[in-house]
Amino acid sequence: MVDRILGRTPKPVVEAPPAPTPTPAPSTEDRKAAVWARVQLARNLRRPRTNELLAVMADEVIELHGDRLFGDDGAIVAGFARIGSHRVAVIGQQKGTDTDENIRRNFGMPHPEGYRKAMRVMELAERCGLPIVTLVDVPGAHPGPESEERGIAEAIARSVGLMTRLRTPIVAVITGEGGSGGALAIAVGDVVLALENAVYSVITPEGCASILWRTSDEAATAALAMKMTAAEQQGLGIVDQVIPEPEGGAHTDHEETGRRLKAAIVHELDRLVAIPVDQLVEQRYRRYRSLGAYTEVVTEIPAPTAPPRSGLADRLRGFLEAGSRAIPAPLQVGRRDEPPAREDV
Amino acid sequence: MPVKFPGFRSRRDAFPEKLWTRCPSCSEQLFNKALEKSLHVCPSCGHHFRLTSADRLEQLLDPGTFVERDPGLLSQDPLGFVDQKPYPDRLAAAKLATGLADAAVWGFGEIEDQPVAILVMDFGFMGGSMGAVVGEKVARAAEGALAARVPLIIVSASGGARMQEGTMALMQLAKTMAAIERLRAAHVPFISVMSDPTTGGVFASYAATGDVNLAEPNALIGFAGARVGAGTIGQELPPGFQRSEFLFSHGFVDRVVARADLRRELAGLLRYLHPSPTEAAHG
Repeated sequence: MVDRILGRTPKPVVEAPPAPTPTPAPSTEDRKAAVWARVQLARNLRRPRTNELLAVMADEVIELHGDRLFGDDGAIVAGFARIGSHRVAVIGQQKGTDTDENIRRNFGMPHPEGYRKAMRVMELAERCGLPIVTLVDVPGAHPGPESEERGIAEAIARSVGLMTRLRTPIVAVITGEGGSGGALAIAVGDVVLALENAVYSVITPEGCASILWRTSDEAATAALAMKMTAAEQQGLGIVDQVIPEPEGGAHTDHEETGRRLKAAIVHELDRLVAIPVDQLVEQRYRRYRSLGAYTEVVTEIPAPTAPPRSGLADRLRGFLEAGSRAIPAPLQVGRRDEPPAREDV
Repeated sequence: MPVKFPGFRSRRDAFPEKLWTRCPSCSEQLFNKALEKSLHVCPSCGHHFRLTSADRLEQLLDPGTFVERDPGLLSQDPLGFVDQKPYPDRLAAAKLATGLADAAVWGFGEIEDQPVAILVMDFGFMGGSMGAVVGEKVARAAEGALAARVPLIIVSASGGARMQEGTMALMQLAKTMAAIERLRAAHVPFISVMSDPTTGGVFASYAATGDVNLAEPNALIGFAGARVGAGTIGQELPPGFQRSEFLFSHGFVDRVVARADLRRELAGLLRYLHPSPTEAAHG
């Protein structure tokens, strides 16, 4: 993390890690190391971001600025671009390559105005019939007080909602770090691609570890448990296609990475623009509507202690009575020192 | 001299016959029966205790009107997730402790004779976290409200997305927002009520996007955990940061409503928020 921010060369693991399932079952430690190597690759300072990828993929880029409400956010790049034969709107996250640029771009962590700029450009694209390409690489939305004051949660929610209903094709690409809601806000698409060493997670591995393991030292363990690599995300159906990176990772060859990504994006755009827009939007709705693993017991499940469901009041009473039956009336005197039962979860 | 009872009972057994609760805000000892009568609000300082989903439904709806839908949705373990405990064990423990199938309950009911679809979250079930089941219930509640053309009310109480379901939980933001957007397009109103706490992915999806947003007093409402924010940015946090009143003063909450007034306020709003009948023809 510190290395990443200060721009130092990351740990010696730069080689592309072995494929996730080599023939002899690897030990947990090996798998942890392999996943962590990928997280480091996804965070590599020289990894190509939106501007670097567009420089290779697009023949023309016209950047647009500002959300018309508050300001312009350097952490999100938005505008028009020509990719192959397609004129598209592009939204992408942008980390800096040096300290000055990182300060200007806020280390790639967008504020609400960044997402509102993105929404503004996406709505414009819908009105002009332009497909949308998004390039996702973000540790997470900016978590500070200004961000909360200006409604970062509302901005993310609106952006996610907007993308589920936009009447134009959307190709989303996870190019680096797919960090939680800050990533999803621009990552809802008809098709979701990911670069080979990209990662996608509901929370940073450090954050997950500090909550569930109570120490951020277990970040690699959390990274493994969350199945956050591009290949694993494809296995879960969240990513549709993984694009191989050049030997050693995307940062070793921006040109080649951009060429491979461009081919995949153009292929998807060719396919998506041919689908009638009503069908496209319905397919997108179904795609997200069907994500998530649950079972459904059609008959009513019996509550553990209560008699069969009747009214709500009866259920409550049943629950309380069951409790008092379990212990035959010992409590004339309350335990005054007991903490509130529901406040300590 | 009060009798000391040995602590051999499980929490589940201990919960119903507890007679006293100490208010975490003013440390007043409160008689539980009285606390129930005051809707789990401390009579001396106004602290709003967290409610179970059953208590919340009972407080808001006309008696006997609630009909639960989709009670048989059960979480799976798509990642085979193990932290200190396997995820299925956590689910089993939460079911046992709360008697619920997951962290949300939805159905149809009435508030002062006005029909609504209502979803209530329960913080007692794994911190009210949103996994596939909560996401599915929110989506079905929105679709159910749309089909029945009745307003949707969601009472949130959640720490955010359920980490144990990884990006599957993150995708519930998209699933719920997709359904909420359809509701909006069909001109069916949606009231979001935020209770303590409403944070992370739940705040960053449906909770923040009601046609009317209400919040209970002094509820924790925010995107990033306060410690995460302060730790990452190293900034001093403003007073009252991420509380209902902070959200209100920055324009993200329409009204901060004390629990005693909530049912009446909702009923009053529902008299204005009708699904527009003209749109029904298009739907």
